[in-house]
Amino acid sequence: MTCSEFLALLDDLIDDSVSVETRSQIREHLSGCEHCEVTLNTTRKTIEIYRSHQVYELPNSVRDRLRAAIMARCKNGC
Amino acid sequence: MATIQVTGENEQHPDVALVASARTGDVQAFETLVNKYDRQIFRIAQHITQNREDAQDVVQDAFLKAYEKLDQFQGNSKFYTWLVRIAVNESLMRLRKRRTGKMVSIDEDIETDEGSVPRDLADWSPNPEQNYGQAELAEILRKTIQGLPLGFRVVFQLRDVEGLSTEETAESLGLSVPAVKSRLLRARLQLRERLSRYFRMKKAGEK
Ligand SMILES: [Zn+2]
Repeated sequence: MTCSEFLALLDDLIDDSVSVETRSQIREHLSGCEHCEVTLNTTRKTIEIYRSHQVYELPNSVRDRLRAAIMARCKNGC
Repeated sequence: MATIQVTGENEQHPDVALVASARTGDVQAFETLVNKYDRQIFRIAQHITQNREDAQDVVQDAFLKAYEKLDQFQGNSKFYTWLVRIAVNESLMRLRKRRTGKMVSIDEDIETDEGSVPRDLADWSPNPEQNYGQAELAEILRKTIQGLPLGFRVVFQLRDVEGLSTEETAESLGLSVPAVKSRLLRARLQLRERLSRYFRMKKAGEK
């Protein structure tokens, strides 16, 4: 397996949708290629960090105001 | 008291009952749906519009539109996916208003090699968070994702952060599944490359 072949499988690997056979080929490539191993680790971490730290949050006060406005309109049949 | 639910093949998604009640005029059921999804809708809208007021308006307009169109909602997709699609369209409309004359489209493919060949190969993966305060880290993450092309950051947000499947992401953005897949890979790699620039600096000297 070459590095570009590995890269083409990166998403499937991260999303856990590669066959057992492919997985062992990947493992073999990774054992001898530090670059791809780092790419995999840091890409995984990139996703994880965005999942655990939302960059935009709706403050509760705004939520309450928006919900009240939405529900008022709904009760009046919009 | 919490009840333990066993979910089987035929188990209905809890939204199905809420939507059915809301359709018969039960506003409380609809309010439950608002409470459940308002934050996600806000985040998605903000990723598209990159404007706080617009994103708040989108939350309001998307839920009102959904309520109005509840009769047209076909049960063959999830309520959430359908709602996201409405919110995406509302967000694009607002973005177009602000950027009159500029092309605004999720569909437009951006030819870019950025990140497609990983260059920055410092392994910062174990714990970059520990080197930053909450606010500083949030600022880095925000700046980094804001720099991505529209189609890339929205696909990443829906698929990787908000937890939609590839098919649901495609449905809510009006894209094909292969288009979502190709954008997702490039979005992930570009974010990785851009975050490396920040995180590797703090790594320097450690090894
Ligand atoms: Zn390699």
